[in-house]
Amino acid sequence: MAPVARGGFDMADEIFIEGGRVIDPAAGVDGPRTVVLRDGVVVEVAERVERPREARTIDARGRWVTPGFIDLHAHLREPGQEYKETVASGARAAVAGGFSAVCAMPNTRPVNDSAAVTELVLARAAAAGFARVYPVGAISRGSAGQELAEYGELKQAGCVALSDDGKPVASAALMRRALEYARAFALPLTVHEEDLALVGKGVMHEGAVSTRLGLLGIPGQAEDVMVLRDLALAELTGGRLHIAHLSTAGAVRAVREARARGLPVTAEVTPHHLTLCDEDVAASGYSTDYKMSPPLRSRADVEACRAALADGTIDAIATDHAPHSAVEKDVEFDAAANGILGLETAFPVCLGLVREGRLTERRLVEALTAGPARVFGLPGGTLARGAPADVAILDPAAEWVVDVARLFSKSRNTPWKGKRLTGRCTHTIVAGRIVHEEGRTDR
Amino acid sequence: MIGRHKHCLGLADYARSEIEEVLDLAVSMKEVLRRPIKKVPSLRGKSVVNLFFEASTRTRSSFEVAAKVLSADALNWAASTSSVTKGETLIDTAKNLEAMRPDVLVIRHSAGGAPGLVADHVRCAVISAGDGAHEHPSQGLLDCFTLREKLGPLDGRTVTIVGDITHSRVARSDLYGLARLGAKVRLCGPPTMIPPGIESFGASVGFDLRQAVEGADAVIMLRIQHERIGDPLIPGTREYSRFWGLSARKAAEWLTPECLVMHPGPINRGVELEPEVADGARSVILDQVENGVAVRMALLYLLAGGHEEARA
Repeated sequence: MAPVARGGFDMADEIFIEGGRVIDPAAGVDGPRTVVLRDGVVVEVAERVERPREARTIDARGRWVTPGFIDLHAHLREPGQEYKETVASGARAAVAGGFSAVCAMPNTRPVNDSAAVTELVLARAAAAGFARVYPVGAISRGSAGQELAEYGELKQAGCVALSDDGKPVASAALMRRALEYARAFALPLTVHEEDLALVGKGVMHEGAVSTRLGLLGIPGQAEDVMVLRDLALAELTGGRLHIAHLSTAGAVRAVREARARGLPVTAEVTPHHLTLCDEDVAASGYSTDYKMSPPLRSRADVEACRAALADGTIDAIATDHAPHSAVEKDVEFDAAANGILGLETAFPVCLGLVREGRLTERRLVEALTAGPARVFGLPGGTLARGAPADVAILDPAAEWVVDVARLFSKSRNTPWKGKRLTGRCTHTIVAGRIVHEEGRTDR
Repeated sequence: MIGRHKHCLGLADYARSEIEEVLDLAVSMKEVLRRPIKKVPSLRGKSVVNLFFEASTRTRSSFEVAAKVLSADALNWAASTSSVTKGETLIDTAKNLEAMRPDVLVIRHSAGGAPGLVADHVRCAVISAGDGAHEHPSQGLLDCFTLREKLGPLDGRTVTIVGDITHSRVARSDLYGLARLGAKVRLCGPPTMIPPGIESFGASVGFDLRQAVEGADAVIMLRIQHERIGDPLIPGTREYSRFWGLSARKAAEWLTPECLVMHPGPINRGVELEPEVADGARSVILDQVENGVAVRMALLYLLAGGHEEARA
């Protein structure tokens, strides 16, 4: 388990979370419970609990109490692009959004393809406190797509998965060997699926909207063909394939079919691919806060992703938190960097799907907790007795306006800028420490 | 102002009445242009900055002439599309120009939406002189003007646009403008050059040139850009000109005697148009160039505030 050190406010050895509705899909719990945390683990979840008068309590009436969220996909930018985000600012943003753990993608500068970078990320995370940070190592050295990175060293240093995220693995031969070789270390590969030849110079989803805006399009099939290729290679090799930020109806079909055949493939979807589509790019007037990779897809693709998340074809909601500064974003749409923030808005954005009747509360919580824990084999994701004391307390009715000046992330690139959202994390507890409490700032 | 619009970034949001306001004014502007002394004081003391990030001789000169005939001061700012890490960003360039207090900024840029980004950061009026594959509104207006001048009202008329629709901002602005004025538009080109969802613009699409031009009142032949060849959108210019180029023989056999031939220029002679057609009796290509100045005079006049002052 990734070490967690000093950060946070409270040093209480014991916390009673009272009066809340505990939603813990992994344990099959949904109802009013008191949660008792002691010495960094969950010691009791019960309807009635005796507590000493002087014990530290959190009043969670009207709130949800869930396992701390786990994000399989975040870009913390350190080392190399600390002006966009640091491990510390990213981990702080994570806990503000209810995430007690984040997986840090390796496309830093230098790329995390070595124990040295992995150890640096872990050291920064330990110094910052806040969320647990799990580094993801590179599939290929330098993510250059040429030769395998040293998976054994990466695993020993603390990496939990492998990815060349941002750069699809173009060579089928390299992908085959990566899937095979990673088996020795039981590391899943989390892959960015795009055929770059089909992407070409495209900057948004290809369709009537890209035609109207005069922007070059990226067909959804650029993702589909790579997913199909990698499913075939997973079948060939027995490797553990995880599809990162799945975004198309075709990819959903392919994953569903592969799982029906028993292939151990998993998938994640981002909050934005569940809630925004290419038409929102047009409505925004070329706002670069709507530019990301993969791009916002068609309405039909969004529908397919929603259905796949609801029926379990997609295992996890992952943010693809991708901070960029104004230098990369306050430019022409064609020239802008891909990616948007995600950690601090994921819960309210996805909660909208619950209100629309598209997702049950249980599935939403599962996709943010037990689902991702299972995908990478991470601790947590449940409040079962003995589990790490990682907890999110959420007010599903709280309304707030996204004020980018008050985000904990160092960057401001979010399409929810100025938007009113419903649902907010009020407390996040990691290893028994309260590391986020709404209204209290530690900056 | 043009109707509700402070800027002219595209024709997608222009109503018929707003397009007609420009075209009607352009009729008087053309008359000015044909006077022996081509100078009126309408925009004296106003300044127009041409900010061109893409090479252009015809459009930039057209705006420059239009400004000068109206007595505005015209400044040409040749900019390079430098990367974001090297040199100045578009927003910085726009703010620097803004500080020089221009009344109108005319911008051409390779990125769709760039004129809108500039408009968000300046107080003066912005006219798009073409952005990426998005729109080229003054070209759309001058094509409408030329067609209306030659054919009368466009309601029920049929106009065929042939070529690389995918990469053409002219095609998009023509489509919006012509549709607003009641014309029917047919699009024709190789399937690799027909963008997805273009039917939603209200146009019909075909790959066969003969069918597409049959009975049309006008044919607009688009320029085939050499960088598209081997993109691999088309195998080459030889095959393209055989199937989608307009030769004298095809024009004689397939077009009605009255059918006009247009081209936004510059022409690839022998590729999309045979010289005999480009220079022939049905060609109104040079009328388009002249009308372009008139239409741009109207745009500058309306957006530089000449209108309000003339009234006052």
